[in-house]
Amino acid sequence: MAVSEDIAIRLRALGHAFAGRPALHALDADIRRGIITGLVGPDGAGKTTLLRLMAGLLKPDSGSVQVEGLDPVTAGDALRLQLGYMPQKFGLYEDLTVLENLTLYADLRGVTGAAREESFQRLLAFTDLARFTERLAGKLSGGMKQKLGLACTLLGSPRILLLDEPCVGVDPISRRELWRMVSSLADGGMAVLWSTSYLDEAELCGEVLLMHEGRLQYSGSPQALMDSMQGRSLLLQGIAGNRRQVLRRALRCTEVIDGALQGHAVRLVLRTASELPDLTSLDAGPHASLQTVKPRLEDAFIDLLGGGPGGDSPLAEHMPPARLPDGVDADAVIVAEQLTRRFGDFVATDHVDFRIRRGEIFGLLGPNGAGKSTTFKMMCGLLPVSSGQARVMGLDLKKSASQARQQIGYMAQKFALYSNLSVAQNLEFFSGIYGLSGTRQRAAVADMVRVFGLQPYLAMNAGELPLGFKQRLALACALMHQPPLLFLDEPTSGVDPVSRREFWSHINSLVDKGVTVMVTTHFMDEAEYCDRIGLVYRGRMIASGTPDELKAMAADADLPDPGMEDAFIALVQRDDQLREAT
Amino acid sequence: MWQRLFTLIRKEMQALLRTPQSRRLLIAPVLLQLLLFPFAATLEVKNSTLAVFNQDGGAASIELVQRLAATQAFPQVLMLHSQQDMQQVIDRQQALLAISLPQDFSRRLASGQGVTVQAIIDGRRSNSAQIAYGYALQVVQQYAAERSRQAAPARLLVQNLYNPNLEYRWFVLPSLVAIITTIGCLMVTALSLAREREEGTFEQLLVSPLTPAYIMAGKALPGMLVALVQGCIIAAAAVWVYRVPFSGTVGLLIVSMLCYGLSLVGFGLLISALSSNQQQAFLGSFAFMSPAVILSGYMAPVENMPLPLRMVSAVDPLSHFIVIVKGIFLKGYGLVDAWPHLWPLLAIATGTLLLAYRMFLQRSH
Repeated sequence: MAVSEDIAIRLRALGHAFAGRPALHALDADIRRGIITGLVGPDGAGKTTLLRLMAGLLKPDSGSVQVEGLDPVTAGDALRLQLGYMPQKFGLYEDLTVLENLTLYADLRGVTGAAREESFQRLLAFTDLARFTERLAGKLSGGMKQKLGLACTLLGSPRILLLDEPCVGVDPISRRELWRMVSSLADGGMAVLWSTSYLDEAELCGEVLLMHEGRLQYSGSPQALMDSMQGRSLLLQGIAGNRRQVLRRALRCTEVIDGALQGHAVRLVLRTASELPDLTSLDAGPHASLQTVKPRLEDAFIDLLGGGPGGDSPLAEHMPPARLPDGVDADAVIVAEQLTRRFGDFVATDHVDFRIRRGEIFGLLGPNGAGKSTTFKMMCGLLPVSSGQARVMGLDLKKSASQARQQIGYMAQKFALYSNLSVAQNLEFFSGIYGLSGTRQRAAVADMVRVFGLQPYLAMNAGELPLGFKQRLALACALMHQPPLLFLDEPTSGVDPVSRREFWSHINSLVDKGVTVMVTTHFMDEAEYCDRIGLVYRGRMIASGTPDELKAMAADADLPDPGMEDAFIALVQRDDQLREAT
Repeated sequence: MWQRLFTLIRKEMQALLRTPQSRRLLIAPVLLQLLLFPFAATLEVKNSTLAVFNQDGGAASIELVQRLAATQAFPQVLMLHSQQDMQQVIDRQQALLAISLPQDFSRRLASGQGVTVQAIIDGRRSNSAQIAYGYALQVVQQYAAERSRQAAPARLLVQNLYNPNLEYRWFVLPSLVAIITTIGCLMVTALSLAREREEGTFEQLLVSPLTPAYIMAGKALPGMLVALVQGCIIAAAAVWVYRVPFSGTVGLLIVSMLCYGLSLVGFGLLISALSSNQQQAFLGSFAFMSPAVILSGYMAPVENMPLPLRMVSAVDPLSHFIVIVKGIFLKGYGLVDAWPHLWPLLAIATGTLLLAYRMFLQRSH
């Protein structure tokens, strides 16, 4: 292959393993200047390993990495100023101010004198941080921290920029700002590698490297990949009856390889563009119609992975219909009334109201730090309320007897499992503390092992499971006592889209059995699965309703058919304006 | 609910015993300290050097020097030749004790006159030097008494009760039973709860039907079990390996170990209630351990401490347990003898557990 001027990084048969466990398999790719290259894949796909290899922080086990024609490990000194690497948790000193952090990194990168003054001014203007130079880095919002991290990385004017998940913990508005900044850098001729687990973010990249389990699934333009799916993405609209059951029936059709809920509609991906599923077999009502829509990168990714899971959840066959204790109002299973929580001066949750019916999925949607976790924890009784009420089945879970807590299943953020116990021991433990014993316990554990395909992993430490299986195990542990109520905190963060689909097919089937679900999420497409959403921003619930209602609220002349994220941003901006006005 | 408690305890034991590393972590410190302590932490003065500046050279002085050199404490004797040398050997820590015999030592002794022998002690090593001085004094006095050929007007006859030969290990090993179990027990309670907080499993327990009391009991019982097993290993080694006499009953030893374990668990849970991660819990355990050992009477007698420290020592579970274990090993303690120290253990346990429970409720709610 001819050496091309515009290739900044060249990977050839690159492989790496940790303690014998392969993390990357023989990877070939070129990263070009002047565009943002997306390094895309779920957690554990090998993104960070790849970035660290390029930054010269790891030595490859096999194959080669060439950055600007040099080996980043041996030629580290020569590359130091040419390469900017921003790790996932950028090392900002929280007790230093914005300017002190910049000065420190300028010292480390040897940017001094007039060049320093010039670059500080340029970067502060670029990141819009000039107003905050005296603020402690620890007091910045997630988005501002990332901007400061970016500014520190850009000191010394690198020609190559490696960004490891720069948008984790950043609200959608700052996310768009950050994207604009980095795009302008790429337009100036910089080679940018942007790693992300969000496929919607990746759609905007000039090129993508799609990774899954250490293998490169695709490299090239995302648009070309989406174009190859042309005609295979459909929207089933005008559904009468239970849309979850329609989705399930659709996924049974051999023509359909993937499907997801999208508000009141169902989005389907076909095996081939020519073969449509039989509309009558979907039983979606007289007004149902299929309409081709623009394919998404996620559709293509799932296609590359061989299609999504089926819609039938073996879990549903095994779970009995959920029954609430006598005397519980089915229209108000979970209720928040003027729910407020203060931490000192800071109001994390500010007079929030909602009411969840039996068999409904209610989602709290909002950026990190908006207060959704605080609200969620008060509902579960993990955090005392400052004022107002959090009632579950008419009770305050914090004060209630253990019988009330026996009725709920809880799945924590990042899957709180005993990582040093085996999968089997985790299952035994969680069934045991919910009072299952003897044959009932053995049966419950065996059911979960069968339903979630955990048999090959039983002896493995829970901490060593692949992320998708951790999530399955966590769900299994939350469900063994067959609770009629389910609390899910960021249940699919970082897992691959196939595992996410599978997770939601379980939840959908549970809901049809009458289980009531409360979920927090910052994933916009996850919000589409909810019957109703409460949009949480700066401690307040700024809007609530069905996904379609929220989108309708945000629609205007510029954007007649907004997506969930557009709706979110529009509603948040409207709220900001409102607050500024008052 | 017994089954739920059992589930909790089983989980804790599984976590402790699952990997070879975690098993080693439980047993290795015990074996290591069991090998090191009885040899390293000795207060006896052996293998020290005595420096002698004998300005006399007469037969009487040589005999005294020979007698001094014959004691076990001073296998090496350094002969000096000037006053300056004396200063130097102490300065350079070449000798622990320097003795100077005056020029007229033999003559004055022969004429029945009194004689003064000068001893210079290295004050930097005050404790061992004092003991060395004691040995030297004994030798000199005995020599003087024999020389004067007069019966002393009064004589002290010493009998060391319970430890007739003042075997140092008889004192160290029972104390070790107390000290080592402290580490294991705190590890299991304070650190494991902090770990659950870090990993988020603690919240998972709080939303389950388990009440805080169950969660605490689920930590307390495994902690006591670990303390018991480790304590028994050391006690067995003391009896069969180091040949320390065991004059009490095994039953009482186990009962007191359980009481001690309970009081430790109280402190462990208190530490874990105060800390939000494993690092804090570790520092907390350490901050408890060091003063607990120092104030326990293991290193220095509690009676010599100023009143405020004696009061602190009274709520130090280690100070009570060391008395009990030593009593059971060496003095044939029965329940009646042990009771004055058993009830404080139970009182400490009650106090700390109640406090930990309250803080636990506050922090978890």
